[in-house]
Amino acid sequence: MKQPTSSYQEMMKGIWRDNPVFVQVLGMCPMLAVTNSAVNALAMGLATLFVLVGSSFLVSIMRLWIPKQVRISSYIIIIATFVTIIDYSLLAVFPKIHKELGAFIPLITANCLILGRQEAFASRTTVRFAVMDALGMSGGFLFALMALGSVREILGEGALFGVSLFGPNFEPWVIMILPPGGFLTLGLILLFFNWVTEKRRQAQINYRLSLNSIEESRV
Amino acid sequence: MNRSEPELLLQSAPLLREGLTIPTAMRDVIIALLPALLAGFWYFGISALLVVIASILGCVMTEWIFTDKQKRMIALSDGSAILTGLLLGMTLPPALPLWMAWIGGVVAIGLGKVIWGGLGGNLFNPAIVGRAFLLGTFPIAMTTWNLAKGGTDNFFNLYPSTFTAPFMQVAPTDAMSAATPLGLMKFEQVDTEIFSLMFGNTSGSLGETSGILLMVGGLYLLLRRALEWRIPLAIFISAGLFTLMLHTIDPARFPDIHFTLFSGGMMLGAIYMATDPVTSPLTTKGAWIFGSGVGVLIVLIRNFGGLPEGVLYAILFMNAATPLINRYTQPKVFGRRG
Repeated sequence: MKQPTSSYQEMMKGIWRDNPVFVQVLGMCPMLAVTNSAVNALAMGLATLFVLVGSSFLVSIMRLWIPKQVRISSYIIIIATFVTIIDYSLLAVFPKIHKELGAFIPLITANCLILGRQEAFASRTTVRFAVMDALGMSGGFLFALMALGSVREILGEGALFGVSLFGPNFEPWVIMILPPGGFLTLGLILLFFNWVTEKRRQAQINYRLSLNSIEESRV
Repeated sequence: MNRSEPELLLQSAPLLREGLTIPTAMRDVIIALLPALLAGFWYFGISALLVVIASILGCVMTEWIFTDKQKRMIALSDGSAILTGLLLGMTLPPALPLWMAWIGGVVAIGLGKVIWGGLGGNLFNPAIVGRAFLLGTFPIAMTTWNLAKGGTDNFFNLYPSTFTAPFMQVAPTDAMSAATPLGLMKFEQVDTEIFSLMFGNTSGSLGETSGILLMVGGLYLLLRRALEWRIPLAIFISAGLFTLMLHTIDPARFPDIHFTLFSGGMMLGAIYMATDPVTSPLTTKGAWIFGSGVGVLIVLIRNFGGLPEGVLYAILFMNAATPLINRYTQPKVFGRRG
């Protein structure tokens, strides 16, 4: 930490600057597997949000009592508790979505994004920051899932959230629903993100250079 | 004493230059493709011409957009984007909607070439990448084949699906379809007569049907020394031997050798796509390995896979193996052990 940050900044960094998918490239397994439609992506994102916020909250509260030697297994037990809650809730309320997501709901337990946040952040800060960070990170994850899911559903089925966009004559891009479509879309979005980051960095360098030259000319 | 000064031309090395540059190499291949391309236009009419133009446009526009301003004209004038578009267009069905052909061109250059760093950096043949993407994306449109109608009378008869609106399905009234020789062989065990196979009077991709004319173009390339002849030869030999073996075991199920060599994308793939200098091995031994791999894979996929045609995937697969082949076939440095 260079300077004390506000909890708002802590939240916003997860959505864009340190986006878990586009910048840290974490959580690729659910990212590629369940984004073949926007609804699945949304359900997955919300489930992850619930688990991440809940476990960050609990880990942050208990951070002083968790022994260092067994911290990873303690985090996993806390995460698995929340995963079980969301798993059974989905099964009870939205059985259809639960069926489509299949094994990927229990697999949230092993999502390295969630464990990474516990290890790197929640276990070291106060509850307020931990929850804000969890909100930001899972918000960023949700944003990435939705971006991928929408693109794939729009091109793959001509629909968004099951609502047809282009009429019945739309020619579906079959590849977009299939695994290659996931890799292609993710790759292109990553490309775009890196391009934006690079441009911004270049602009900063140019700005500093111009400042330097102004100072030199003054001397 | 009126001796003039001897004229001295001062110039740094290299003093002897060969005329082989990227533009001439590309132009040679384009010229070699022309006979088969014209035959395709003759058989399938103006729709085929439009499909090829659409795919070339997709390639050239993508190259234009994604190349640096300073390098733009250099990159475009070497003809490689045009050649990619031409090769891609020749592997497409003649009645493909034009917007799909255009997208194929965009993907071929965008995902097949530019993203790897431009000409010379790509691992896979761009034209095949474009076709593989189209085949995965629009499987129905890409496997709807039309009869070769031929002749000047029919030249201006468009296929009704050519001008399908972008992102829209082909209208189902289009009932003039006919199975390709490969499809007939695979699903109905019907052989096509050798004369039609050789001259291309069959249904199929618009530039692939005429084996003889593609070979004529290959001969031209051979004379211009612009062809790594070992690769197509290795493909023909390995595919031929493998087919011969299968045919002897079970003549009812497996096709004859002439069928393997003259059907589908065999000629176009072997002579023009597998020999792409960027994506094929650099060494002589590597070329033999690469070619035999492609040949065996083609026969394997055609006879034991779910698809009737396997040239595309065979070449892609061996493209992926090319860096490995290059590494293991490096010639021994003189005077060194091992």
